[in-house]
Formats: sequence, C-alpha cells, structure tokens
Amino acid sequence: MIAPEHEADIQAAVAEAAATHGHWRIAGGGTQTGLEGGHDVLSLAAHRGIVFHAPKELVVRARAGTPLAEVEAALSAEGQHLIAEPPDLRALLATSGEPTLGGAVATNLSGPRRVHGGAMRDHVLGLRFVTGEGKVFRAGGRVLKNVTGLDLCKLLTGSRGLLGAITEITLKVLPAPERVGTVAIAGLGPAAAVRAMAAGLRSPFAVSAAAHIAPGAGHPRGLTAMRIEDFAASVAYRCDRLRGMLAEHGTAEIFSDHDSRSFWRQVRDVAPLAGLGPAIWRVTLRPSAAATVAARVEAAGGTWMMDGGGAVLFVAGEPALAGARGDGETWVALKGEPVPFPERPEMSRVRAVLDPHHVFAAS
Amino acid sequence: MIRQPEPKQDVLDRREAIVAGLRGILPDDAVIAAPLELKPYETDGLSAYRQPPLAVVLPRSTEEVAAVMRLLSREGVRVIPRGAGTSLSGGALPMADAVVIALARMNRILEIDETDRFAVVEAGVTNLAITEAVKGRGFFYAPDPSSQLACMIGGNVAMNSGGAHCLRYGVTSNNVLGLRAVTVEGEIITIGGKYPDAAPTDWLGLVVGSEGQLLVVTEVIVRILPLPEGARAMLAGFRSNEVAGACVDAIISSGIIPVALEFMDRPAIHACEAFAHAGYPLDAEAMLIIEVEGSEAEQDALLERIRAICERFDPVSMRVSQTPEESAAIWKGRKGAFGAVGRISPDYMCMDGTIPTSRLAEVLGRIRQMSAEYGLEVANIFHAGDGNLHPLVMFDANDPESQQRAEAFGADILRLCVEVGGCLTGEHGVGVEKRDLMGEQFEPEELALQRRIKGAFDPGWLLNPAKVFPLVDA
Ligand SMILES: Cc1cc2nc3c(=O)[nH]c(=O)nc-3n(C[C@H](O)[C@H](O)[C@H](O)COP(=O)(O)OP(=O)(O)OC[C@H]3O[C@@H](n4cnc5c(N)ncnc54)[C@H](O)[C@@H]3O)c2cc1C
Repeated sequence: MIAPEHEADIQAAVAEAAATHGHWRIAGGGTQTGLEGGHDVLSLAAHRGIVFHAPKELVVRARAGTPLAEVEAALSAEGQHLIAEPPDLRALLATSGEPTLGGAVATNLSGPRRVHGGAMRDHVLGLRFVTGEGKVFRAGGRVLKNVTGLDLCKLLTGSRGLLGAITEITLKVLPAPERVGTVAIAGLGPAAAVRAMAAGLRSPFAVSAAAHIAPGAGHPRGLTAMRIEDFAASVAYRCDRLRGMLAEHGTAEIFSDHDSRSFWRQVRDVAPLAGLGPAIWRVTLRPSAAATVAARVEAAGGTWMMDGGGAVLFVAGEPALAGARGDGETWVALKGEPVPFPERPEMSRVRAVLDPHHVFAAS
Repeated sequence: MIRQPEPKQDVLDRREAIVAGLRGILPDDAVIAAPLELKPYETDGLSAYRQPPLAVVLPRSTEEVAAVMRLLSREGVRVIPRGAGTSLSGGALPMADAVVIALARMNRILEIDETDRFAVVEAGVTNLAITEAVKGRGFFYAPDPSSQLACMIGGNVAMNSGGAHCLRYGVTSNNVLGLRAVTVEGEIITIGGKYPDAAPTDWLGLVVGSEGQLLVVTEVIVRILPLPEGARAMLAGFRSNEVAGACVDAIISSGIIPVALEFMDRPAIHACEAFAHAGYPLDAEAMLIIEVEGSEAEQDALLERIRAICERFDPVSMRVSQTPEESAAIWKGRKGAFGAVGRISPDYMCMDGTIPTSRLAEVLGRIRQMSAEYGLEVANIFHAGDGNLHPLVMFDANDPESQQRAEAFGADILRLCVEVGGCLTGEHGVGVEKRDLMGEQFEPEELALQRRIKGAFDPGWLLNPAKVFPLVDA
C-alpha cells in the first residue's frame, strides 16, 4: 500500500500504473474494506485537510483523506452538518481505520436522512479526480447551482474508485437542527411498519427519517420510528401531530432530543446488524416491496433492518443469501462478494474513456 | 448569430427520401415537412436565433421514438430533441439538416404511487401538470421553473432545471428517480427506477442535465413530495445591495433555510411594480422576498425570527403577509418579472450565472459599471440563497448594433461570474448561447474529456450537435 500526501504523487502513481499495465485499488480510511479485492492499495488517507469552509455560503471543501470526524467537527463548530448523514460502518463491518470524506463520497454513503435530504450525490458541488490515465480533472465547482457541462460529479460520486481517484470534494452543507424528535411505535410487523412509515412520510410534517428494527435485530418487539428535525417548537408540535395521525397504526411514544440522537446514530451505523453476518448488503427497493423481501430474507436465514421508510433494507447473513435477490431490488454488498450488475455498452464506453488501461478495474 | 456547422449536403440532398422514410414509420399527422408548418419550430426561448429544421416528427410513444432514431442514425441525420421550446439558451435550436423530435404528444401521466411516492410521466407532460395531477392526493413535484405552465419534464431533465424553491427542495436532478430513454441507435433503455439509488453507478446523474447530448428521454420517474401545511411570504426593502446581501447571510447563519429567498435590485423592483402593483418598495435599492412553510404557528414563529433579523439591517420597508392572498400578491411581481422587463424594453436577454453569495454586492456593483459602459440597462433578479443570478440585459433587437452590445455585455457578466468562483449557468443550460464561453470555465483537456463522454453515447455526434461544446474545428 502507498498513501501519498500530495495529489501530484497520487497522479504519478496512477500514471505509472497506466504505463505499465499496473492496477490500483483506491481506498480511503480502509473502513469499508469488507469488499474483496486483490490489487495493491492506493490510499488517499494521507491527502487530507479542510481547504475552506464558508458557512454563510453553505459550502465546505476538503481533500479526500480528511477524516469525516474532522469535517463534522468543523461544521458543527458553525452549527452545520453533513446533509447525507454518512454512517460509520466500522462496527457493522468489523473494520478499523478512520472513515474519510473521500470514502463516503466514492461510495455515495448516506444515512437515514437519505429519504428526506438526499444522498451524498445530491450535495457534491465539485470534485477533483485523477483518471486512469493519471490526469487531474475538475468537475462542478463551489456554487450551489451549476448546470455548466456534463455532471461528472454525480458520475464519480458512488463510483467506488472504479472511474477515478477522487482527491478533493466540495459539498453543500446545511444548518444542523436545533432539536431532534422521534415518534416510535413498538410491536408492528414488517407490513404494518411500512404502512405506518408511508403514512408518516406522506404527512406534511417533514419526517426526516423512518426506520423499522425487526424483533430479531436488537429490539424485543420490533420498533418503527420516525424522526423530525427542526427548531424546538416545531419538533414538539409536529411530533405531537404525527403521533395523533399514526394512532390508527399503534400507540406511539415520543423520544427526547437526547434519546433521539443516540437512537438515530444506531440506525445510521446499522448497529442492530453488527456481528450478524459474514456478508452484509444494502438493498434499495420500493417500500411497498420491503415486507415481502424482508420475509424472503428471513426465510433464507438472514436478518434485516429497514431504513428510508422501507426504501432501504440492510441484510446480514451468509454469502449465499445474495441468491435470494429478486427483480426490482438493487443489492450492493457492504461486506462479502460484490454483486454483479449488468452494464449497458455506452456505459462501458464511458468507463473506457475514464480508465482506458483498466488501472482501477475491480479484481 | 453564432456560427453553426455547415449542414451535411448529402442529408439535404436526400431530404425527400428521409421524410418519406419517416412517413413510413409514423402516422401522417406526426411528420411535418412543409416550410410554413416548420416555422413554429425554428426557434425556442432564445428567439434571436432561428433556423428551420429539415423536418419535425411528433411521436406518440417510446416505440415510435425508437423507430425514428433507428432510421435517422442509419441515415446519418442529426436529431434535435424538443420539449416545449422554452429553453433560454437555444438548447432546442434546430439545424437545416436536422430532424426535430418534439415530445409534446407524449403527454400522458402513466402512474402515480402514493405509498412509494413517485409518478411516472411521459417526457411531454408539462412541469405544472405533474403537480396538478398529484395535488389532490396531498403531493407536489418540487422543482418549479417560472416557465412551469409550458415547459415539459423532458426539457427539465435535459436542462436540470431549477426554480424559486430549489434552495429547500433541490433541482430536477435531486427529484428524478429514473428514466426511460432511446439511444442514438434506437434502442430503448431504462436508467434508475421507482426508488432512489436503483443503480449502483449513477448514470442517472450523468444523463440529467446533459442537454439532449446523450439520449432522447421519453419517460421520467419523478419523486413526489407531501405538500406542506401552508406557506407564507414576506418582503423587505433595503438601502443598498450590500445591506440586503448581508441580511441574506444573517438569515442563513441563524439556521433558517427559507423555502424561497429571492433578491431584486432597484431596476427589477420598479419594472415589476409597474407591472404587478404588488406594493413593492420603490424607495428601496434592493428587496428580498422570503417564504417559509409549516403550520400557521410555525409560519408566525419563523417570520417573526426573520423579521427581527431584517430589523437589524435598517430596512426601508417590511411587510409580512397575513393571508395566502397577500403572499400571492408578493409573488406575482417576481413571477412576472421577465414579462415586466419585457414591457419596459423591446427586448431583453436573460443571463443565468451563479456566484458565491459572498461576492454578491461586488458583482452587482461591477454589473452596474458595465451597464454604464455598454449603455444598456440591466435589472437583476437573484435566487439569493443559492447564488443564481439572473441579470436581464435590455436592448433593441431591431438595432443590430444594440443586440451585439447586449451579447458582449452578457458574455462579460458570465466571465465575471466565473472569475469570482462561480459558473456560466445555474439552471438555463449552456445550449448554443454559452457554447463558445465554455473555455472561460473549463480547460481544453476538461472539455475534451466531456466530449469523449458524449461520444461514448453518441459516437457519430448526431444528438443535438453544436450545443454545449465549442465546435472543434473553431
Ligand atoms: C419565461 C421563462 C421562464 C423560465 N424560468 C426558468 C426557471 O425559473 N428555471 C429554469 O431552470 N429554467 C427556466 N426557464 C428555461 C426553460 O423553461 C427550461 O430550461 C425548461 O426546462 C425547458 O423545457 P422545455 O420543455 O421548454 O425544453 P426545450 O426548450 O424544448 O428544450 C430544452 C433542451 O432540452 C432538450 N430536450 C428537450 N426534451 C428532451 C427529451 N425528451 N430528451 C432529451 N433532450 C430533450 C432540448 O434538445 C434542448 O436542448 C425559463 C424559460 C422561460 C421562457
């Protein structure tokens, strides 16, 4: 493994691989190395540091290796936060190391707020990246609205180091909420939970997260929870209205700010599934299909947790569980063998443009 | 007019055969080739540029689009996808040897799902029609360009359009889950799906905003959001652009993200007031329209906080609307701003750069200076929260010299946006209008990379060519 401090050295390492039929596996802090991969590691962890934070412009720029914790602390000092709420997956994946901003962007990591505020890809305003030819390119910029040319920011975000090595990221950020509240119902089955979450998510109360923890995964009776984040008075008002609105689904309790924050941190980090499987997937799907898929996973011996009102299903179990996947479901392995996904020819040609010598090719 | 590539002579020579071929695969009423009937398609919202196409087709289904694309790619014919033709950057401007594929007849809403909160609509459905279709069930489609009555979702996807409420709800790209589209070879493909993050790699994000360069979009799966309990606006007038800009900073710093935060300078205030009689402060140098959402009590609380912040900046006037009618009146002037400027000047050019919001006062100062130098009036409207600036440069299209000056002035404004750390276009797209300015923002190598990505989808450069990227032989 090498971990260059400067972009020029990252660039040189890639250029050399391109010239010599070499390969690199791009890594950040190494916390998501639950994925298989044979090649030498080019770590971006030493290319770090916040370049600037302009709180009034809702923008922060940092190098890829900057620890997420450092970015979060800088934002927090100005009362702001990362909108996509990227998780810390170390406990879930049984890895060590320091989660980096670059790793979060390269995997389009997003947490419970995904359903309301979007994923990382929705907030990346600009990138610098090194292509497989060892050239540095810029995409986007530092302003909140920009449609100039093709949107390579979105293409690179979530490309898992297979289209380029992202070296610097400019992100949109937002004020952190003054108060966090949670309305939670215990004892619902998966189908009832999805119905309750759908009711919450279609309410006018700006529900910012909706998760269901199955009885098998940490909670004795199963818990269906929805979050509201805003100024204190709004949170109190909306939690109360939401609880009333959900009465037909079950009796709800309201969590305090403190309890809400720690509960959603657990959900964010998928803590209920930690230690439950040699393989772990993040499955995206239609909420209306979530209960059926959860039942299928359970029948095949897996454990699950729902996020995004059922639009995200975390699945833990034996590697063979991937065989249980069906149409209309997107399985992405967080740990274990990558799940193949068919690719259109024009998209393979885009890959060839960005990485003609297969420097970043998956092993 | 901007330089366009020479039409392909062999295509012009085969015009009749190509039209006959199109008539062979589409019903008669779906192929337009008579010169008079081509007239409505010769331009878009950038009406200074005009060029009738070779023919226009009006397909009714994805399959028809695919059949047309198979024929045209085989014949090597250029293709211009078109929605409502409201593009302000000349994105839908035809070429003499090109066939326009107008999606207007693909205007069906195919599916609405309240549980999974999406709608599937054909590319020719208007932006407003989506919200109209889901409103009764308590939903709306968030991006709201001022042209929303006319512009179509296919055009919105192509341009990644924004609106006054995108500070809170994002632009088109943040609100689209999937697409059905036709490749240049005429193959039907789907990208994304009926739920977020449906594809592990974000091809969807690449295609949205690609200005018709990569695919012809025929269906769009959009995210629909629950309507808020209510919304209300206030307005505040200030003594200078600087002070109004500082007030915007203070609002954002207080942790409030209003759903809309619009800025108008003195010329814009006067033009809009003369038009809408909205009670705008004529003695103010700059004015903000600020909108919040929530229950009555939540609106009251937020507006009270914002009022207190504005108070610190010595406002010349302030009005918090008490009723939805008053809010509508406040918005009427802003929403009619382009029309209002149209009434005081025979013609205007609407620019669309984005700047870091901290540079607002400086940029407006320099625009004013340039306005004096060029001898042309300019009114500035600004999505203040996100830095998207719309200077409206007034000129007289009957006077070619005035038009040339306006174009030069507009280009200087966009150069200035790039110089201060912003970009050429925040929401209207590059189109043909800003094509030759791309070199101001991108290095030649960066443009070459983008061109190669376009080429990966469209190796023969048949899809909406001569837009977005400067001509290579130039
Ligand atoms: C008065 C006025 C106000 C406006 N306000 C706003 C605003 O607030 N915010 C904003 O963002 N824009 C605004 N616009 C600009 C314009 O309305 C948007 O760019 C809109 O999205 C264009 O949609 P359209 O259907 O008219 O597309 P067209 O103008 O027909 O086409 C626009 C581009 O999209 C391509 N295209 C169209 N359909 C397809 C398809 N199905 N597949 C592939 N490519 C396609 C075309 O080739 C062209 O490049 C305004 C325009 C006007 C005239």
